[in-house]
Amino acid sequence: METKRIVSNKKEFNLKKFFFQWEWMLVAVFIIINIINTNLSPYYLSFGGIMDATMTFLDKAFMVLPMVLIIILGDIDISIASTTALSSVIMAVAYNMGLPMPLAVLLALTVGAVCGMTNGILIVKFKELPAMIVTLSTMIIYRGIAYIILEDQAAGKFPSWYSYLGWGYVGKIPFMLIAFILIAVLFGLLLHKTTFGRSVYGMGNNITACRYSGIKTDHIKVAVFTLMGIMASVTALFLTSRTGSTRPNVAIGYEMDVIAMVVLGGISTLGGRGKMLGAVISVFIIGLLRYGLGLINVPAQALMIIIGIILIVAVTIPNINLNGFKKKRLAA
Amino acid sequence: MSEYILELKGITKIFPGVKALNQVNFNLAKGEIHALMGENGAGKSTFIKVITGVHAPDEGEMYFEGEKVTFKNTRESQKLGIAAIYQHVTNYPDLSVTENIFIGHEKVSPRTKRILWNDMHKKAKELLDSIGANIDPKVQMGTLSVAEQQIVEIAKALSMDAKVIIMDEPTAALTKTESEQLYKIAEQLRDSGVSIILISHRFEDMYRLATRVTVFRDAQYIGCWGVNEISNEKLIFAMVGREMTQLFPPRQGKIGKEVLKVEGLSQTGYFADVSFSVRQGEILALTGLVGAGRTEVCESIFGITKPDKGKIYFEGKEIKINEPLEAMNMGIGYLPEDRQKQGLILQWGIGKNITLSTLSQISKAGWLNEKKEAEVAKTLAEKVTVKATSIFDTADSLSGGNQQKVVVAKLLASELKVIILDEPTKGVDVGAKYAIYEIMRELAKQDYAIIMVSSEMPEVLGMSDRIAVMRDGRITATLEADGISQEKILEFAMLEKE
Repeated sequence: METKRIVSNKKEFNLKKFFFQWEWMLVAVFIIINIINTNLSPYYLSFGGIMDATMTFLDKAFMVLPMVLIIILGDIDISIASTTALSSVIMAVAYNMGLPMPLAVLLALTVGAVCGMTNGILIVKFKELPAMIVTLSTMIIYRGIAYIILEDQAAGKFPSWYSYLGWGYVGKIPFMLIAFILIAVLFGLLLHKTTFGRSVYGMGNNITACRYSGIKTDHIKVAVFTLMGIMASVTALFLTSRTGSTRPNVAIGYEMDVIAMVVLGGISTLGGRGKMLGAVISVFIIGLLRYGLGLINVPAQALMIIIGIILIVAVTIPNINLNGFKKKRLAA
Repeated sequence: MSEYILELKGITKIFPGVKALNQVNFNLAKGEIHALMGENGAGKSTFIKVITGVHAPDEGEMYFEGEKVTFKNTRESQKLGIAAIYQHVTNYPDLSVTENIFIGHEKVSPRTKRILWNDMHKKAKELLDSIGANIDPKVQMGTLSVAEQQIVEIAKALSMDAKVIIMDEPTAALTKTESEQLYKIAEQLRDSGVSIILISHRFEDMYRLATRVTVFRDAQYIGCWGVNEISNEKLIFAMVGREMTQLFPPRQGKIGKEVLKVEGLSQTGYFADVSFSVRQGEILALTGLVGAGRTEVCESIFGITKPDKGKIYFEGKEIKINEPLEAMNMGIGYLPEDRQKQGLILQWGIGKNITLSTLSQISKAGWLNEKKEAEVAKTLAEKVTVKATSIFDTADSLSGGNQQKVVVAKLLASELKVIILDEPTKGVDVGAKYAIYEIMRELAKQDYAIIMVSSEMPEVLGMSDRIAVMRDGRITATLEADGISQEKILEFAMLEKE
């Protein structure tokens, strides 16, 4: 019989490891972008300037938060922009037909939840279909329903209080920014501090082992996709509030922006790795970069190219580093 | 010097952290069948990989027909005439027998590079006939039985003019008649001058075929004997390094009342009419050949799959289990067969792995209590004697045996009454094996009911109180372990329907 072994359970603080985190790199990029923006426009570095700038991109940021969970699961959802359009259209039409606005808002959230849950159930029931294909189909379907409801028209004339969502301030800080930070903190806690989040990470790494460990993997997946749908309709609420009216073709292309923000945030598309904080920082990086380049009249097409290049670099760098690490560890 | 066709001297192979081979010697005469024996993890597989050129040795020399050789890859060893037939047949089930035989060295027309199908089929038929096998070379490989597939692999070796053929556990999945056919082929090859290295856990294979036997233990060369001059006991002693009686910790405690009972459990295509029961403090071995349906039975009890028919009783009450979680809440735990794919999240630390199945115990209303988690993980890791420095060491940095201990620790985190262990010591080194046996005995003493799925006969005989034998998805016998012989069990496991 061997002697009793001591297995330590104290986390050792490793300075190198602490600073060698993707999030620090994002912070650096964030600072650089702000410096560039400041040099580009004398109006940029005012408190009000930055605050106003955030309002131009925060609507889609609400979808980044649940997308982090989905990508950690190793899945993807490209139907989210269609869900946004559908819940926005249904909310507007319902209000115009006489439903009180608070109930219309609730209806929008319900529509989002149903869309997301449908995705989740399809993915869980038909395991041979990848999430990409399932949500590609529902992307077309949800947008199609929005077109059937509203055809090629606009709907709006919302009550005046509703515009507060997208335009209002609490003191000098936009309401939207406060809402985003609050919900982001909630999502961060959900992912990093709960059994639910732990299970999501586990499923992204090895879903089979999770099933054998008694985790209800199907339930969790459906819950995550439902959460995604709800947040897509939260985006619809803010977006519709800012534009004042809605059409079936709103939010087109949002899914790509959202996925780009998540990937830049260091969430591995292979699943199982990444932190909420990274994605939140990268929301501001891409948002402010776009705003800053807009200030000096860089055309939108060029903007897309720049974001594309950043993405490739962002996805490549951690992978290179990781291989380096692995080799070192084997040699040791 | 050249009385041996193959000779290896002082071979050492080091993997990060492990010495897989330590100064081992081996020689093979022309036309000889030489058995290579040792426990799992003794270094046999690594040794074969050194001979075939998969691994380059860190030290030592290899001579082929008297000349010193070094192989960079398997192609170089094949060129000289060394072929290996592996335990898990590695072929292409969707291709024809001919294609399987000639894959990598197809016969092509010298000018147009067109594949000469007719020539290949003809040659394949010749090769198969030469070893007395009546197999149509045009049929799909996957439609053949395991034994036939093995024969095709031998034909493949012959198609490359093999002078040395390595057979890794060739009879492990064969019935008695099929083994007999394989013996005949091996003898025929030997008589035609081919040398064979035979790796097998079955003493029967060795006595029947080999003239000499070399034993490895814990990566070391132990010795080489003539088969006729060594006794069974001496050979076992050489393999395990201690008397057989010390291989398993002694039974303790006594057997109590029945906890789990299954009756007439069936799942179309996998198993039928399976009935057995297990009592407190009892270790029930569920044995049989690989593919007999043992894992499938256990998975249906644990809720991974659902049985089509049959009843499961837990403490006298009939139960229905739809999800692993339900089984675990009831008190039934399952250690899956494949610890890397089903048991562990390899990228994660030991601690997170241990608590994965009991997250509700280390949380309150869904909120994780990481301090409590660290304590629970530390206690359990030490209980099963995991060799690691901290609970944050990742699972993929551990050896097979220690990984298995982590999965066992994960089981122990739940409050269980029945523990199903599926091949608990597969690919586990000798030391860790003993530790796992000790844990099993300790659990039995604490009134756990244990079902152990195992194909290793010594383990079945040494550990269990009762033995249920399965063949082709059915239980063929349930036997008291006392005084039963290995042959008796194998008879029930392999006996063909006459």
